Amino acid sequence: MKKRNSVVNTIWVVILSIASLLYVYPIIMILLNSLKKETAISTSSAFKLPTAESFNGLQNYVNAIASKGFLQSLGYSLFITLTSVIAILICCSMCAWFITRVKGKLSQALYFLFVFSMVVPFQMVMFTLSQTADTLNLNTPWNIWVIYLGFGAGLAVFMFAGFMKSIPLEVEEASMIDGCNPLQTFFLIVLPMLKPTMVSVGILEAMWVWNDYLLPTLVLDIKKYKTIPMLIQYFRGSYGRVEMGPMMACIMLTVIPIVIVYLVGQKHIIKGVAAGAVKG
Amino acid sequence: MEKALKRYSPFFVLPTLLAFLIGFVIPFAEGLYLSFCQFTTVGNAKWVGLSNYKKIFSDASFIHSFKFTVAFAVVAIILINVIAFGLALLLTRNLRGTNVFRTVFFMPNLIGGIVLGYIWQILINCVLAQVAQPLLALNSSAGYWGLIILMCWQQVGYMMIIYIAGLQNIPDDLIEAASIDGASSWTTLWRVKLPMVMPSITICVFLTLTNSFKLFDQNLALTGGDPNHFTEMLALNIYQTFYARAGMQWKGLGQAKAVLFCLLVIVISVLQLRATRSKEVQQ
Amino acid sequence: MKLKKLMALALSGVMAVSVLAGCGSGGTKGSGDSGDKQAVGDASKGSVYYLNFKPEQDEAWQKLAKTYTEETGIEATVVTAASGNYETTLMSEMGKSGAPTLFQVNGPVGLANWKDYCYDLSGTEVYSQLTSDSYALKDGDVVHGIAYVIESYGIIVNKALLDKAGYSIDDIKSFDDLKKISEDITARSAELGFAAFTSAGMDGSSDWRFKTHLANLPIYFEYQDEGIGSTDAIKGTYLDNYRNIWDLYINNSTCAPKELAAKTGDDSRNEFLDQKAVFFQNGSWEYANLVGDGKFTDDDLAMIPIYIGAGDEASQGLCTGTENYWCVNSQADENDIAATLDFINWCVTSEQGTKAMSEDMGFVIPFKQAQESPNLFVKQDAEMTEAGKTPVSWNFTTMPSEEWKNGVGSALTAYAADQSDANWDAVVSAFVDGWATEYQLANG
Repeated sequence: MKKRNSVVNTIWVVILSIASLLYVYPIIMILLNSLKKETAISTSSAFKLPTAESFNGLQNYVNAIASKGFLQSLGYSLFITLTSVIAILICCSMCAWFITRVKGKLSQALYFLFVFSMVVPFQMVMFTLSQTADTLNLNTPWNIWVIYLGFGAGLAVFMFAGFMKSIPLEVEEASMIDGCNPLQTFFLIVLPMLKPTMVSVGILEAMWVWNDYLLPTLVLDIKKYKTIPMLIQYFRGSYGRVEMGPMMACIMLTVIPIVIVYLVGQKHIIKGVAAGAVKG
Repeated sequence: MEKALKRYSPFFVLPTLLAFLIGFVIPFAEGLYLSFCQFTTVGNAKWVGLSNYKKIFSDASFIHSFKFTVAFAVVAIILINVIAFGLALLLTRNLRGTNVFRTVFFMPNLIGGIVLGYIWQILINCVLAQVAQPLLALNSSAGYWGLIILMCWQQVGYMMIIYIAGLQNIPDDLIEAASIDGASSWTTLWRVKLPMVMPSITICVFLTLTNSFKLFDQNLALTGGDPNHFTEMLALNIYQTFYARAGMQWKGLGQAKAVLFCLLVIVISVLQLRATRSKEVQQ
Repeated sequence: MKLKKLMALALSGVMAVSVLAGCGSGGTKGSGDSGDKQAVGDASKGSVYYLNFKPEQDEAWQKLAKTYTEETGIEATVVTAASGNYETTLMSEMGKSGAPTLFQVNGPVGLANWKDYCYDLSGTEVYSQLTSDSYALKDGDVVHGIAYVIESYGIIVNKALLDKAGYSIDDIKSFDDLKKISEDITARSAELGFAAFTSAGMDGSSDWRFKTHLANLPIYFEYQDEGIGSTDAIKGTYLDNYRNIWDLYINNSTCAPKELAAKTGDDSRNEFLDQKAVFFQNGSWEYANLVGDGKFTDDDLAMIPIYIGAGDEASQGLCTGTENYWCVNSQADENDIAATLDFINWCVTSEQGTKAMSEDMGFVIPFKQAQESPNLFVKQDAEMTEAGKTPVSWNFTTMPSEEWKNGVGSALTAYAADQSDANWDAVVSAFVDGWATEYQLANG
């Protein structure tokens, strides 16, 4: 019985290994082609390994970084993601605490609205949101986090509130009796308890903001700013020409940081995502 | 404590509330209003009543995109969940390398839709060229299956993680009891494991369903609706109505479509929520 | 613990980058800020915001705008829309405050969408600089747009390969010559090691060469016969010629006709660069992609007219025209309109402007002060016109809609896979019947 089991298991491991290889193949293929000379990238030769003749070293990467303001976009993307996530984490956890601890019509109405906003597709508000942002001048990387805070609040408040319902009131009340004001209580007592949820919410919102395409395209002042997802399209020319080499290099440059962050923090990411999904 | 907290409400609620008003409530209300108007900017809206909504039903492209979205969602939901559940079963067997596999299968989930779309566009076009078939831009069935493959590639890992969590929550003694009773592993799967992970299944079906309906970035980058709007899904259709056409009548129509789309997603979510609730009661 | 360290590390890294980005953009932002302040302090000066259509020329435009700002102190911003996104970008930008003051339409059909936004350019300085009135997009006396670049297309020839096959450019004077030579090359292609034509890819990156540019020729000759410039119903008098040239392209190509649907524009260009084919239908915009380090030199190439066996072939020139018209946003601030008019006038009259447009962008501009372009194909077009040949005008700007082009494109693709008469009838139907229906739809 045991022996048979181990044979079966080995077969499964082999099958899974092959599946894994297939799974990463698209990325490997882009990586290999991004190292080729431009004329060597065509639909017929895409599956071939780079040869001495077609190998182009990192030239495509140099071109990609040099030509379209890649570093600037990277900076904007990082900055937007970071400010938005920090704003969402702090503001929404505070808001969620208030909603769960202060019972009343207002809290209930707010909670309902937040949950409702989670379901609404972006297309519903894309036009009016871009106009609102334009009138309020919320169209730079420095303040677009306000929009992200507003549109991302639903999920964050929902998850924080879900967790807070489960933590006991006594600790908080004790600290209030000890003379802490609500702000102190929140930051000294509640916030540390929230850490696991913080990680989940942070990861989910970061993934969303970092990868978001349509919102920054419509909202940001494109005269000055582009984020990474917006940048990738600029490798296509007006007469159907695509700068394949630099484009693939640019794709790799966006994928590599994600993969590194993921490999380093995968335990937390997977746990956070699972927790977020189960609650959502 | 409530009283003290209420006094501090400006600190706690105001920042989020303000942003929420700007980022969601106001645009949403305006959007709802504008769906009854003709306009090119929020400023010059003119009330036209229900005429935008009437036009939707004579817009063949919207009806086609609805059908296409449904056809896509059904197949995508089944495939993603079956594959993800199968993988989850395998990865809870204590196989060697489980962690590596889990890492690999989850990874595509973190890459953004636009980038994923471009990666697969290049790959699929190369495969099609090898077998001398029309490329994505000319090939409606390749576009359809391409979207499904892309969606599976991205979502399977995520759903797998949820299923793994569900499977790991099944008490060991339950499975042991089943095997002592002489149940084969097949019966254990159908009679014990599947009912026990029912909550995970509802969550996953719900997530894949809404994700499929709301799909935009991947659609835009992979096929862009080619050939001839055939692979255009609802979200992309709305976007195109809004921004690819000039003139008063289109914006109102686009906004009305968006409202309808929004209603559709809400209805799906509510139905799903109900289903989940009733399942939980049974347990 | 580990996580904390990691977070700290990530945070500091991110901060460093954002500070750097801040610096990097500090330069541009600084100038932008000062520009804004200037605009506030001196609103009468206005500013220019140009939404550019051609991604290839983005860098050159940025440079030119910067020069202009340095010289005049007037802020000029150029944004390039990603390929295929021009209309959506323009639409979303027009809805914002600080909308583009200068944009482009692709001809009468594109103009229909944006008429309300077009400032009447008649009586402006830049309009009077046009070399010919035919380069203005007019509606009665109102000038909605003016062309800013003239382009030519034809069949690009690899002279060395043609020589190897035993012919020279001078042997091709008509469709019959072209057919004879192509078929001879195909017959000996195994021995020669190359084909007559590059693959006529029918995906989105390449199909416009046939469903739009090649389809221009039968339309042009019909318009000539009828003495008209546009029509609500095309007759298709020259569609047999269209079929002949299309047959020639697909049956004497680097790949089997069936595989054309699997080829892209890049494939086609790479075949030409790799010396796998003699002929390559494309335009003057391809010059920068074909000539340069490790590629061709001017002496290797030539562009010849696309002969389809219609009209007076002896005096047929290249297909020359434009589908790029500048329009000034009439809803912009008055000062911005004035600034924009000054800017485009400067671009086409000043030394720096004309030089940038001809050398950096490789454009031929239809203005009196234009400088000579280094572009070989453009020079050839001028030579041919001088030698008394008549350029074939661009009439595809009168095609009723994108849908019409797509209809013809998919019919052509189906025909390429199976060259039956029934399939050609489908092309004819898409061409003739499709024109009437689409024209109806577009014009009510």
